[in-house]
Amino acid sequence: MNSGVVTSKKPSSVKQKIVVVGNGMVGHHFVEQLCQSPKRQDYEITVLSAESRLAYDRVHLSGYFAGKSAADLALTTPGHYRELGVAFELDAKVVALDKDEKTVTTSGGKSFSYDKLILATGSYPFVPPIEGNDREHCLVYRTLEDLAAIENAARQSKVGVVVGGGLLGLEAANALKQLGLETHVVEFAPQLMGVQLDKPGGQLLRAMIEDLGVNVHTEKATKIITDGEQCHHRMEFADGSHLETDLILFSAGIRPYDNLAREFDLALGERGGIVVDNHCQTSDKAIYAIGECALWNNFIFGLVAPGYKMAKVAAGHICGESGQFTGADMSTKLKLMGVDVGSIGDAHGKTPGARCYTYENQVAQTYKKIVISPDGKHLIGAVLVGDTSDYDTLLQYALNGIELPEMPESLILPSLQREKPGLGADSLPDSATICSCHNVTKGDIITAIDDGNTELKQLTACTKASTGCGGCSALLKNVFEAELDKRGVEVKKDLCQHFAYSRTELFHIIKAEQIKTFEQLISKHGQGLGCEVCKPTVASILASAWNDYILEDPHIPLQDTNDVFLGNMQKDGTYSVVPRIPGGEITPDKLIVIGQVAKEYNLYTKITGGQRIDLFGARVDQLPDIWKRLIDAGMETGHAYGKSLRTVKSCVGNTWCRYGVQDSMSMAIFLEERYKGLRSPHKLKFAVSGCTRECAEAQSKDIGVIATEHGWNLYVSGNGGMKPRHADLFATDLDDKTLVQYIDRYLMFYVRMADRLQRTSVWLENLEGGLEYVKSVVIDDHLGINDELEAQMQAIVASYQCEWKTTIENPEKVKRFRQFVNSGQSDSNVQFVTERAQIRPARPEEKHPGERIPAVDITENRPV
Amino acid sequence: MANNKSWHTVCHKNDLLTGAGVCALVNRDEQVAIFLIDNRRVYSIANWDPIGQANVLSRGITGDEQGEIFVASPLYKQRFSLTSGHCLDDDAVTVPHYPTRIKNEQVQILA
Repeated sequence: MNSGVVTSKKPSSVKQKIVVVGNGMVGHHFVEQLCQSPKRQDYEITVLSAESRLAYDRVHLSGYFAGKSAADLALTTPGHYRELGVAFELDAKVVALDKDEKTVTTSGGKSFSYDKLILATGSYPFVPPIEGNDREHCLVYRTLEDLAAIENAARQSKVGVVVGGGLLGLEAANALKQLGLETHVVEFAPQLMGVQLDKPGGQLLRAMIEDLGVNVHTEKATKIITDGEQCHHRMEFADGSHLETDLILFSAGIRPYDNLAREFDLALGERGGIVVDNHCQTSDKAIYAIGECALWNNFIFGLVAPGYKMAKVAAGHICGESGQFTGADMSTKLKLMGVDVGSIGDAHGKTPGARCYTYENQVAQTYKKIVISPDGKHLIGAVLVGDTSDYDTLLQYALNGIELPEMPESLILPSLQREKPGLGADSLPDSATICSCHNVTKGDIITAIDDGNTELKQLTACTKASTGCGGCSALLKNVFEAELDKRGVEVKKDLCQHFAYSRTELFHIIKAEQIKTFEQLISKHGQGLGCEVCKPTVASILASAWNDYILEDPHIPLQDTNDVFLGNMQKDGTYSVVPRIPGGEITPDKLIVIGQVAKEYNLYTKITGGQRIDLFGARVDQLPDIWKRLIDAGMETGHAYGKSLRTVKSCVGNTWCRYGVQDSMSMAIFLEERYKGLRSPHKLKFAVSGCTRECAEAQSKDIGVIATEHGWNLYVSGNGGMKPRHADLFATDLDDKTLVQYIDRYLMFYVRMADRLQRTSVWLENLEGGLEYVKSVVIDDHLGINDELEAQMQAIVASYQCEWKTTIENPEKVKRFRQFVNSGQSDSNVQFVTERAQIRPARPEEKHPGERIPAVDITENRPV
Repeated sequence: MANNKSWHTVCHKNDLLTGAGVCALVNRDEQVAIFLIDNRRVYSIANWDPIGQANVLSRGITGDEQGEIFVASPLYKQRFSLTSGHCLDDDAVTVPHYPTRIKNEQVQILA
């Protein structure tokens, strides 16, 4: 038995014991809700699961057959539960419940006492009482174990039948089809998905599914399953027909797992289900039931979203909150075997007085129906088959009671000339539910954005919106973008209070008016003195446009300290030193010099992620001398401090490697030499791999180049760091010349267009038209600017200078590296201690207050 | 306290660059960051960044927020008023500021 019991150090009596029976999606959601509660520490949580693994995503179970592993579907891990301090037992089916003693006992004989018990036992598939339903390869579709059994049985089968033409049955049929079986669906009712769809919708769905090669048999009641002639089984139907098959999957609905309640005397519904009130409490107030085992208002909700809602209500109630469960929307949108299906509210129009509009297009195979309230003002239901693009809008109308437009039919009619009366993200009220799985409203999303979650991924991580069934992801993106737009318009238009322009606009102004300094720009196009936002931005644009020496007097006050002192400032105010090592290739002689310099100046030495060497702990006054040593030895600045090209990482390629197909080393060095010194909105990293094994990890770089048998594949806008992104394949099998041409254009286009501090990945993702648009610009010269882009890049390449060389050759510039304008002393606060035979900054408690490190006269220290 | 203070001549005006800072050492170990704004106004605050915990303020970028002149720390970018030493991004933080003048092209600090 796998168990992960966390023992509490505090006496357990002070904490309330919460025992959760069942670790399906809803049980797990309850645990998460409770763990997020501010009263978390008041509770000791124990999870008892009858399954052999922790919660996984049952909604996307069919993904298993599309190659998803159990780990991919997992919603949590043992490690995560341990981190949360949640104790759990697997393979621990609860078999006994003592309401007086408040204990539960597992099949393994272990007993657990509780203050509050949560039953989240879920449901089991209903298998119709047909003779022969227990024959070999007669299976159900519910757990990962079921899937493994289906996969196994399918290997020995040619034909498969799903009994049940509901939502889950069609999912299961899709799984059989993916496994390569001749697939049949047998349904008792006259139509498919009778709960969600009306008759015409069901008919169209049937036609479309049959087009895909699935045989549908409706109005068939199976009487008996016996031996077949061609196949393992033969299904005899009540109407006298029969069907032969090797494998049968029962998907005829669910039944609540309510045995515990049944055996130990909790109130049950007539047809099963543990009766709960609006707090999800059962007839015993210490016991809650949530999810598919719970019966609320004589109804069992077989969807995950209402289950999540119950979990939240129950967790909240335990913590003393007042939220109640008052039912849930059962609308659904999904793709069944590639067919889009949507159903909202009163799909059948059963509400007295309800009327509907329908639109059917047999050519395009779409069917749409909206059901409106008797007064004609509100949308109360909808059916969509073949095209669900209107689902989000219709759902918002239905859920939020938004008044219908003058001609409601325009909501489902195809837009001919006239614009559809769209329901933009803006017109939704803040109370509009965006994600019904996690009950996230538009207001929640706005709050999260205001809290600084300005990346879509951050937003989903923090609100959980679209992490349930995923059906709302498009709507979420719309709301997100509309909200950002609202903020973005202000932020983007005005770089800061000193300039009412975006970075891109400033770039154009600077180029068009040949502006060479910040002073010229702000006096003509801005106001005030500038600030830490606009100054470095303008400095970067000036460098990208004119490529002057960045420490010309007018430029110095604009730069971040890293650019002013040509090093990366560290936490203690010292700087790091990184000479350029193109492609990571370095001679032993240069290595020795780096080693000597590091040793003489007592610098902490580390290999960087970009195949170079970083020397830390140089005081500002030491920098010119350190760099003089490196430059004398034939090295140059690595621009590790600049928003500019950093490194071009490389493997050795076909010069050494058995597998290499091109000379990646030479290409990497060529690219690094070409683009070094290019100032850009953000730092740039490249890599070149000599074969598809991709040892240089080029697909995580702004520019990635991977050798092929015929040339180079170019990848763009990859990113490691805070928000990793795989690069997009831009063009394939390029020759050297075209490769460089494309990179020239791509980079220069980015440099012109991107916002400040925007990496190529974020730039591309936010660019209207995205990758295809940039391709059209770079490859097809859609904007007719390629000559200009190339010429600009050529000008940058031609005007390169090693800014450290220029600096040390100018005594006036070197003067700026003094620690004190009036003293040769050093900063007494910069103190080091030794760790692993190298220096590191002393922590505050390790420092000797007031102790002054003697000023180091560098000329004296220099070895002869 | 004021009695103990005196004007220190720390450098020539030409040692300053408009919009940028330098650091001067006074009273044995007091580090002062001096900034020239507009080529005529000169301001000083302590060089110690109490948030970043390092002597770096002289190396920050200067600017103005609605007319309030500041330097942004090069470490974590908090802005400090050059006229009061008050941190514009954290009300609880203030650094010492020093009266500063240019006399006969020499920069002087009262410290």
